[in-house]
Amino acid sequence: MSLIVAKELEKTYVAGDISVHAIRGVDFAIESGSFVSFIGPSGSGKSTLLNMIGCLDPPTKGTLMVAGEEITGLNSREAACFRGEHIGFVFQDFNLIPVLTVFENVEYPLQMVQNWPKEKRRDRVREMLEAVGMADQSQKYPNQISGGQKQRVAVARALVTNAKLVLADEPTANLDRETAGRIIALMKKMRDEFSTTFVFSTHDPRIVENVEITFTLEDGKLMRNEMKAGGGHA
Amino acid sequence: MLNIFKLAWRNLLRYKRRTLLTSMLITLGVVAVLLFVSVSGSFKAMMVGQITDSMLGHLQVHKKGYLSSVDSLPLNRNLTEKQIKKVKQLLDGNEALEAYSMRIKLGAMFSNFKETTNIRLNAVNPDEEMATAPLLTKRILEGEKQGLIKEGEILIPELIAKGMKVKTGDSIVLVANNKDGSVNGQTFMVRGILEGISGPGGRDGVIHIKDARSLLRIQGAEVSEIAIRLKNIESMPKVFASLKQELESIRNKMDKPVFEVHTWEKISPFFNIAKMINLMTLFIKIMLVAIVLVSIMNVMVMAVFERINEIGTIAAIGTSPSKIMGLFVVEGFLMGILGTAIGTVISLVSIYVMNATKISFDFGRQTGLLLSPTIGSSDVISIVVIVIGIAVLASLQPAWKAARMDPITALRHV
Repeated sequence: MSLIVAKELEKTYVAGDISVHAIRGVDFAIESGSFVSFIGPSGSGKSTLLNMIGCLDPPTKGTLMVAGEEITGLNSREAACFRGEHIGFVFQDFNLIPVLTVFENVEYPLQMVQNWPKEKRRDRVREMLEAVGMADQSQKYPNQISGGQKQRVAVARALVTNAKLVLADEPTANLDRETAGRIIALMKKMRDEFSTTFVFSTHDPRIVENVEITFTLEDGKLMRNEMKAGGGHA
Repeated sequence: MLNIFKLAWRNLLRYKRRTLLTSMLITLGVVAVLLFVSVSGSFKAMMVGQITDSMLGHLQVHKKGYLSSVDSLPLNRNLTEKQIKKVKQLLDGNEALEAYSMRIKLGAMFSNFKETTNIRLNAVNPDEEMATAPLLTKRILEGEKQGLIKEGEILIPELIAKGMKVKTGDSIVLVANNKDGSVNGQTFMVRGILEGISGPGGRDGVIHIKDARSLLRIQGAEVSEIAIRLKNIESMPKVFASLKQELESIRNKMDKPVFEVHTWEKISPFFNIAKMINLMTLFIKIMLVAIVLVSIMNVMVMAVFERINEIGTIAAIGTSPSKIMGLFVVEGFLMGILGTAIGTVISLVSIYVMNATKISFDFGRQTGLLLSPTIGSSDVISIVVIVIGIAVLASLQPAWKAARMDPITALRHV
């Protein structure tokens, strides 16, 4: 069953008399457990598409099903609830909360969004920090660790709630080549381990090399999709 | 909820200097208000005590129309024996009363055998008067304080004593007109000199009520006023209302009320000063509210602006708008608590120190009054609640803005 199904998806931004068609009638489907990337030049609509899948921005037209739920009509509270339950995010700038330790950053979605009981929560955070290789840094604050380590923590935070889908917008843009490679490998390992679907928006060829399906966007239109051996359906 | 408090506290500690400065501003406001309330309150209570306990009593009963013509001390508006009996029946059954005193107020000519001047006199039964105005004896500057006054004696106000060069033990003559216009004179021995205080009756001399009756040739138990002392001044509005109702129900043949009853507030101009003190306290409180409102709002607006990207992140992760709002409101709340707690401690210590150092001050002709500031728990609680409430209120707008922030716009913010 497809985790994400988009039909005739459109997004138009209106500013005064000017309308900008960011996404123009896009259809696609992404299977569960896929490792997928949206690529294209700047302004092609990659981030807009990711924001729509992530319930951060509602489509102007069309339908968008994520995890079996039609998400186009959700209000802000319902969208927040849906994101908290099903979606994890990895950002270009890591976006860790500076006043929380590594452990507390990973714990945040379980504590503040899903209200897990303390013991269960702590066990799960320890498990995730072990998985991303950050268990020994758990009491450090974000300003005490490197960029690569921050992104590892961000991956752990995205996966800690057993999210079905992780959306990563340019996750390697602020990392050096070696670290970026390790982060991509980590995310692939996480996908294999937890069967989580990873969807990227990227310019980074190293990610493109590693994903199973690549969607190419140009001027808000889906131009082509490439599937490598072992990839899901598009 | 505890998590929100933890996160809010960490965020406050992130900008230690700013949090400290804002809390100090709140602290300063709280200290100013609590000290003002305690000092002005004690000044007010002391002055009210002086006026009621050494002169007016808490309530006064007169014949209808007496107070409006009190400047001429009208003897034809005295309460008759029958009327006094009716009032006494009401007063004796009232449990809230501590004591009451029958008084004859009169004007007379005061002569030291060389010079003559006018004097206003308060003729009293010493036992009744000492129970009703217990601080009256403390106003006796020279002479015997025990027993207040005996027949044939007079306590004269210090201004007349100085002006007429009269000392304790001297003989003087009082000459007075009775209500029919006939004149009578009587010799008195100066028993003591009475300190003058501000307000009506504050510069009156005192004689025994029996002497007043013989001087004015009054037959029977006629009096000008009945001064009443209550067990607890806080009960004054309630006692006044019930007494007024009971006295107004007593009517003359023309179906008009026979009596009038007044609180000390109606009689003494000091009540206006007390009202001004209350008004000033209110203004100081309004200033405190403004300080808290502006400082907290300023800090919270800055906090939201500086953390837009962070707000976008927690919103994207799935934090509900209400929790985001709660996070910022709790920050304001904690700052309010911090400032108020420190301010309250400093204020209470300052009040203790002021009491320990025994600061004195002068008021009008009264000198060396001891300042003993006190503050009631209700005042402290009300200030604490106001400050914390305003801190929360001031955080609402920035918190609301944070909660309503579009996550995409927030995430793009650099």
